[in-house]
Amino acid sequence: MKWPAIGYARATSLDELWRLQAEHGAAAQLLAGGQTLLATLAFRLSDPKILLDITRIAALRGIAVQDGVLRIGALTRHAELGRDPLVAQHAPLLAEAAPLIAHPAIRNRGTIGGSLAYADPAAELPACVVALGATIVAVSPRGERRVPAEAFFTGLLQTALAPDEIIAAVEIPGTQPTTRSRIIEVARRSGDYAMAGLAARLSLNAEGRVTSPRLVFFGVGSGPVLAARAGAALDGWVLDSAAIAAAQAALAEDLDPPADMHGPPEMKRHLARVLTFRALSPLLRASEVAE
Amino acid sequence: MNEIRTADSLGLSREDLPNSYIGRSVPRPNLPKLVQGRATYTDDVVLPRMLHAAFYRSPHAHARILSIDSAAAMLVPGVVRVFTGADIAKVCDPWVAVLAHLKGMKSAPQYALPLDRATWQGEALVAVVADSRAAAEDGVAALEVTFDPLPAQTDMATALAPGAVVIHPELGDNLAFQRTAVQGDVEAAFASAHKVVEARFVSARHTGVTLEPRSIIADFSRADDTLTVHLATQAPHMIQSVLATQLHLEEGRVRVICKDVGGSFGIKVHVYPDEVAVAAISRILGRPVKFIADRFESFGSDIHARDHVITGRIGVDAQGKILAFDIDDLTGIGPYSVYPRTSAVEGNQVVNLCGGPYDFANYRCSTTVVLQNKVPTCQYRAVGHPIATAVTEGLVDMAAHAIGMDPIEMRRRNMLRDDAYPYTSPAGMRFEGLSHHASLAKLLELVPVDRIRADQTAKRHKGVYRGLGFAAFIELTNPSPFMYGIGGARISAQDGATVRMDPDGSVVVASGVTEQGQGTETILAQIVAHGVGVAVNKVRVVTGDTQNTPYGGGTWACRGAGIGGEAALQSAIALKDQILHVAGTMLQASPATLDIMLGEVVDKTTGTPRISLAEIGRVVYFRGDTLPKDLPREFVQTRHYITKEYPFAFTNGIQACWVEVDTATGMVKVLEHWCVEDCGRVINPMLVDEQVRGGIVQGLGGALYEHCVYDEQGNLLTTTMADYLVPMAAEMPEIHVGHVETPTKESLLGAKGAGEAGTAGAPGALMNAINDALRPLGAVVTEQPFTPARILRALDAI
Amino acid sequence: MSARIDITLMVNGERVSRSVEARRHLIDFLRLDLGLTGSHAGCEHGVCGACTVRVDGEIVRGCLVLAASLDGAEVTTIEGLTDSAEVADLQDAFVACNAAQCGFCSPGMVMAAADILRHHPTATREEIREHLSGNYCRCTGYQAIVDAVEQTLATRREDRR
Repeated sequence: MKWPAIGYARATSLDELWRLQAEHGAAAQLLAGGQTLLATLAFRLSDPKILLDITRIAALRGIAVQDGVLRIGALTRHAELGRDPLVAQHAPLLAEAAPLIAHPAIRNRGTIGGSLAYADPAAELPACVVALGATIVAVSPRGERRVPAEAFFTGLLQTALAPDEIIAAVEIPGTQPTTRSRIIEVARRSGDYAMAGLAARLSLNAEGRVTSPRLVFFGVGSGPVLAARAGAALDGWVLDSAAIAAAQAALAEDLDPPADMHGPPEMKRHLARVLTFRALSPLLRASEVAE
Repeated sequence: MNEIRTADSLGLSREDLPNSYIGRSVPRPNLPKLVQGRATYTDDVVLPRMLHAAFYRSPHAHARILSIDSAAAMLVPGVVRVFTGADIAKVCDPWVAVLAHLKGMKSAPQYALPLDRATWQGEALVAVVADSRAAAEDGVAALEVTFDPLPAQTDMATALAPGAVVIHPELGDNLAFQRTAVQGDVEAAFASAHKVVEARFVSARHTGVTLEPRSIIADFSRADDTLTVHLATQAPHMIQSVLATQLHLEEGRVRVICKDVGGSFGIKVHVYPDEVAVAAISRILGRPVKFIADRFESFGSDIHARDHVITGRIGVDAQGKILAFDIDDLTGIGPYSVYPRTSAVEGNQVVNLCGGPYDFANYRCSTTVVLQNKVPTCQYRAVGHPIATAVTEGLVDMAAHAIGMDPIEMRRRNMLRDDAYPYTSPAGMRFEGLSHHASLAKLLELVPVDRIRADQTAKRHKGVYRGLGFAAFIELTNPSPFMYGIGGARISAQDGATVRMDPDGSVVVASGVTEQGQGTETILAQIVAHGVGVAVNKVRVVTGDTQNTPYGGGTWACRGAGIGGEAALQSAIALKDQILHVAGTMLQASPATLDIMLGEVVDKTTGTPRISLAEIGRVVYFRGDTLPKDLPREFVQTRHYITKEYPFAFTNGIQACWVEVDTATGMVKVLEHWCVEDCGRVINPMLVDEQVRGGIVQGLGGALYEHCVYDEQGNLLTTTMADYLVPMAAEMPEIHVGHVETPTKESLLGAKGAGEAGTAGAPGALMNAINDALRPLGAVVTEQPFTPARILRALDAI
Repeated sequence: MSARIDITLMVNGERVSRSVEARRHLIDFLRLDLGLTGSHAGCEHGVCGACTVRVDGEIVRGCLVLAASLDGAEVTTIEGLTDSAEVADLQDAFVACNAAQCGFCSPGMVMAAADILRHHPTATREEIREHLSGNYCRCTGYQAIVDAVEQTLATRREDRR
């Protein structure tokens, strides 16, 4: 399982990258953390002619908060997401997601930009950024472009990135004291891709009423699936058992999962309902829980 | 016989008998190199002018090869040569894997690389050799091979039906082997039974996933007409014989060297066509050729195992007494029986082992072994045992439930009594001495059953479903020639050890059994240190070299300690006698009054040191002139050992498994696991314990995760470690191990095998635990692996 | 195209300059170019953990790192870790607890366990299991490995008092 003969070039700035991309065109493949790309190369499943290493481009690094928006550079490693104080404060969902991604050695290399660009339907981070209502900052020789995360994932392993675009950063709107988020998944073993997972974010006001719920499932479709009808079943309602049941029921129309090695579509639907209950029930008021 | 002086047996402390090593948890002397990265696995060996092989493997389950065009491959930089089946067949004969004592068994001639037809996806068809593995793979990618795809016979259930694709037309059908064992009057027993319970069990296709893949360097030298093979193997002498025969070499001109091996579990005891092809290529080129299977090709070419569907019936009377078992086993083994052990043995073992722990009179068990277009299956850790145990123990639990009896009580009532031996089982297996009741009693000391049952009840009220399951088992170890030799295979059941003392008083033992990581070299050192009377760190061990070790069978079927260990003990005792004889002459004392303690010859009664082994060594080796002329001074002694009284030394044990089933997700969490096993004399408890744990984890892995999944066309879908799931640390439980010791009386050492007990019992215990958890919900699972989908289906949740 | 890339990096504290094939992964570079055979290729697709080594101080899968990308990097393998005696106590504990059988996973397992010693000095058994869950061992039941790490952590905490 040796990688096929291939070229390698390193870009240390965006300008250098644009030059290399212009030179090699479609034969070039970007290399960030490489944790997915290099595994697929081992199987000779893809055949790029040259890898363009972007890991030393400073402009793609860094985590900062500006005007209440958390900006996470594309080269931010999963391990950094898990331990960065700004992420923990402004996007705790991502900090919670990091330990679910593979294993420590993978998290030390894999990057958020790489994960989003690869768009594996069972991956955690694409679902998280959709749940958080994030914006993907794409950059190309033509300049910057901002794509809402919801519109970024366009199909199985497909994104809205143009061939000459790369992800520069992810921007995440600030959280409110009423914001609640949670990520849970069912995986065969720790670190495996999930059979089904749910990244959820919503607001709960003082009377327990839900606003702007976003339930985003992964491992159950061709990409992260924003369950619009389940969200609608919650929006504006007091979060109680009945509301959760309504959201679960609405999933029937939100999800059209494929079968995979682990089981049939019915299993994924079933697990999505279970996850919905498990994600939301900790938010129930004490009186509800006691029932 | 059978009385070894150990500190324990004499009622002494270790301080009183400091070189008593039998039964002592000695750390393995070869561990520091392993944890420091200083081991020498086959892939670490680099030879001058060495080439690397890669194989073009069949993309089809069944296809005629129409053409092979290597022109483009030969242009790839680094590629040296391309070999087809016809090229290899010029120097290498095909083989047929049958054993004469498995009556009616048939298989077809198998070539190292097939001549014109591929019969499973992943079968090596063409070899490319190049100056690096990467270049060889580039060459493989550049090969142009055309096929005429043929219909594939994949489903074992239809393999014998009309219309089946007959994989080898010259055989007439796809039946490789069939055997039925009958004892008593089964139908009458069922007719008279108070309850009859029937179930269908499925044991999934697994593979071994040794972390070190199959690895070989073949180095044929025209200069001395010698083939030297560096190989990760369990059976160096067997491979020596096979390669010599197939390649028309004198056996003595083939040397197999096996340094460190990265796990075997039966995977590395077989003859693999691609490895034989590498040897043939080296024979042709006169250069060393290395082949290290990559993980992708391992999944499609390492042997698979345990692809069985079994229906079973048990009949019991009103008191829970087992009256009869009736079991039908069907297994698919791929397109060829694997050489030379054959692929009929797993099914045969199911017939031998079902019902094993119990006292019952009526037995019928049949196995039907069929060919199919999938990876060949063969012996893999605990051959047949996990299947027989799961079926037996599943039926016993179901019968207990049917009559409302506690599963522990059910077993207590039916297990063979500890004083019932010698005993011949309904399947015809002869047991020298087992300890089912003592083992159960020991298990119940370890498992807090009352607390667990109380917790189980309390948790159920909260919607948490936990279950406790048991599985008793027997295990076949220390095989005699009855396993392979009588069938015509050149597989030695005998093993030898040579023990020598060097001038500095240190001792070297060379043994025909091999180290696969289980600690063989450590126990050999312990046994020899014990037998001679030296500190264990004064013993060095040589294994894994056909030119430098006594002829032997190697490591399989749990024979290392029981067979190889006894040979080592006998030769150590012989060396000690020889040393004492010389010492007696030097000291003018009767050898009978002397002993050896930690490298010093001592007065036996007082323990007073008289002379060191180093001093004896100095005199014998350098001043032999000072000794009497006729004094024998052979400080090298060799003894061989083979079991003679019993075909196999059976062991026994029982496991318990405590699980929680998430009934919403179908996920199973193993909370805790226990095993009590009786492997006879325990030589090193620490090694046995972790080996048992490893075996249990392998069994749990098979029962929870591991599955070689095929589609209907015979495409293997699980070809990466992301798809074929192995057990990892996070999901595996804490495992408690206890021992009962019933030494075999056949040997002085009294050791039987321990390596497969864990794997034998774990799946059955886990299945019973899951079903115990699910029982209030009316769900039962009997199909391994117990995946979330299967559990949710059993619960009618999906 | 089978380009070669010139790299200079520190491996186990020694400066190394080589011209490497662009397609060579770190483990082949270590094993074939530098003779550091302590790191093992178990699956070559990032799952088994046998190839775990440190790059710039953090553990990585060596089979998922391009050697060509490591110009200027610092790499530590099991050989370097052993020579530095950083985890001599852990390695002793592996021996005492019988935490290895065939040993093929052991270098990677020790590298991963060393990461626990550095970053998670108070890890529980469950956390140790979780942290090691990317390192496959077919031989042991993992329990002895967890024992060895747990004992080393405890001894180090004791020594710090």
